[in-house]
Amino acid sequence: MTWFLLGGDLYTAYTFVAVPAVMFASGAQGFFAVPYTIIVYPLVFLFLPRLWSVSHRRGYVTPADFVRARFDSRGLALAVALTGILATMPYIALQLVGIQAVFEVMGLGGSGNILVADAPLFLAFAVLAAYTYSSGLRAPALIAFVKDALIYLVIAVAIIYIPTKLGGWSGIFDAAGEKFAAADDAAGRPEGFSFVGLGQAWPYATLALGSAMALFMYPHAVTAVLSAKNRSVPRRNAAILPAYSFLLALLALTGFMAIAAGINPVGLNGKPNAQLSVPMLFEAMFPSWFAGVAFAAIAIGALVPAAIMSIAAANLWTRNVYKAFLKPDASHAEEARQSKLVSLLVKFGALIFVLGLDKSFAINLQLLGGIWILQTFPSVVFGLYTRWFHRWGLFAGWAVGMAYGTWTAYNITNPVTGTQHFGGSTADIPLIGEKGYVAFTAWVLNVLVTVAVTVVLRALKVAEGVDQTSPDDYHADAGEPGVRDAPLPQPGGKAGSPAEA
Amino acid sequence: MAQHTRRTTELLTPTRVLVGVLLALPFLGTLWVSSYSRVEPRLGGFPFFYWYQFLWIFLSAILTTCAFVLVQRERRGQQHRTPQPRRKGGAR
Repeated sequence: MTWFLLGGDLYTAYTFVAVPAVMFASGAQGFFAVPYTIIVYPLVFLFLPRLWSVSHRRGYVTPADFVRARFDSRGLALAVALTGILATMPYIALQLVGIQAVFEVMGLGGSGNILVADAPLFLAFAVLAAYTYSSGLRAPALIAFVKDALIYLVIAVAIIYIPTKLGGWSGIFDAAGEKFAAADDAAGRPEGFSFVGLGQAWPYATLALGSAMALFMYPHAVTAVLSAKNRSVPRRNAAILPAYSFLLALLALTGFMAIAAGINPVGLNGKPNAQLSVPMLFEAMFPSWFAGVAFAAIAIGALVPAAIMSIAAANLWTRNVYKAFLKPDASHAEEARQSKLVSLLVKFGALIFVLGLDKSFAINLQLLGGIWILQTFPSVVFGLYTRWFHRWGLFAGWAVGMAYGTWTAYNITNPVTGTQHFGGSTADIPLIGEKGYVAFTAWVLNVLVTVAVTVVLRALKVAEGVDQTSPDDYHADAGEPGVRDAPLPQPGGKAGSPAEA
Repeated sequence: MAQHTRRTTELLTPTRVLVGVLLALPFLGTLWVSSYSRVEPRLGGFPFFYWYQFLWIFLSAILTTCAFVLVQRERRGQQHRTPQPRRKGGAR
C-alpha cells in the first residue's frame, strides 16, 4: 500500500505536465527530474526506516511530532509544522495548473475578463475542493486504483504509439536537437547547452539533489511512509520504485515529442504556455476518444495527489498547531472541523499561488515548495541520527534558511516573461559563482548556522531539553515490544485521522 | 532484552561500509553532470546524456537492492531472534 501511495505521489501533474513543459521549452534542464528520482532511493534507504521505527514506537504521526519529542522544543516543532503547511501549498498549486491545462486544451476558458480567462482554474479548484471536502482521505485511496490503471494505459500508449508516428526516437531527438541548436545559436550559448545540458552541471545537479532531499520532508510523503506495515517496507520499495523513474523519464520525453510533432502551445488567451504542450500533443496524436481518456488520466493524476497533500497539511495543522498550541483539550468533533476547514484553506492558499505567481513554468511552484520544506531537513533527518545539534541551533538555521531562500527566490526575475519576482528557482551560489537551486544553497547556509549556533550554545551550556526517545527506538520493527500500529492514518482505513471522519 | 543491546554495539562493520559505498555510487553517477552532458555515443536514437541516465535508473535499483539484502542479512545474523509474536490484524 505504501508502494502504491508513493507511486501515486510521484505520478502527479509534475510528471505529466510540468516536467515535459520544461523539456519542451528549455530542453535537457527538465530531465533533472530523472536523477532526482534516482537518488531518492538511496536517501530513502538511509533514513526512512529509522523514522518508521521511532514513530511507531512512540506514536508519532508527523515530522513535527518527532522533532518536538526528540529536541524537547515546541518552538522547533511549530516551525517544522508551519513550514510543511506552507510548502504544500505551491505543490498543490502545481496540480491545479495541471488540471487547468487539460481544461484549457478541451476548450474551456477564453480571453475575456478574469472570470472567463481563469474559468479552467476555478473549475479545477472547485472540483478539488468538492472532492476532498466530502470524503477525506478515503476518496484518494478508492480512486487511486482507477487513477493508476488509467495512467499506466496512457503512458504505455503514449510512449509506444507516438514515436511510431514521429519517425521513431531518432526522429524525436533530431527534431529537439535542431530546435535547441538554433535557440542556443541565437542566444550565443555553446551548442549542446540546451540539448544535453552542456555547462549546466551545477543547476542540474543541485536541482536533482535538492528535490530528492526535499521529497520525504513533505507531510503527505511522511504519512505514506509511516503507513507502511514494517520498517523494511520503505527499503524494499526503494528497490522497486525505479520502475517509476523509468516511466517518468519516458514521460519527460513527451516534451520532445511535442517538438517533433510541431505543437505550438498557445493558450486561449493568445499567450504561449508550455504547460499545454503535452495535452495538445495527446489531442493531435490520439483519436479523440483516447485523447479524452488521456485528459482524464492527467486530471485525476493531479486531483488525487492534491487531495492527499491538502489532507496531510490539514492534519499537521490540527495536530501540531491547533491541539499543541491553541486548544489542547479539543474534542474529536472540533478537530475534525479544524481539519476540514484548514484543508480548504490550504487549497485557497494554492489558488493564490497560482494566481499570484508566474505560471510560465509550473515546475517553479513545486521548486518553491522545495526551498521551504528542505529547511526542515536538518531537524528531522539529522535528528534521526544524533542529538548533538542544539534545538535553538536548528531553529536559527531554519530561520536563516527560510529567510535567505524566500528572499532570493523573491528576487529572481524572468526576462522572457517580464516577471519581477519568483521568476525561477536557480540563482547564483555565493562564493562559487555558479547558478544553483536556491533550496540547496539555503540548506547549506541553514546547516552552517545550525552548527555554529550549536557550538556556541553548547559552550554556554544552554539547556538542551530532554530527549524523549531512546537509542533502541530507531531500530524497532513491527511485532517487537512497544511497537504500535495505531494511530497512523491508514489509507483507505479509518484509523486515527480526524479528516477521515 | 539481549537482542536490543546487541544490535547497536558496533557502528562501523564491513557490511555497513560496503552498504555506504553501494548507496553513494548513484549520487556520484548522476550528480557528476559534466561527465555525461554530451550527445555521442548515441544508442537507439538516444543521445548519450539521455540513455546514460536511463541506465542509472537500473544501476541504482540494483545497488539499492544489494544494500537492502546486505543489511537484512547483517540484522538477522545479529539478532538470533526468538520467534516473534505475530502481529494481529491491520494487515492489508
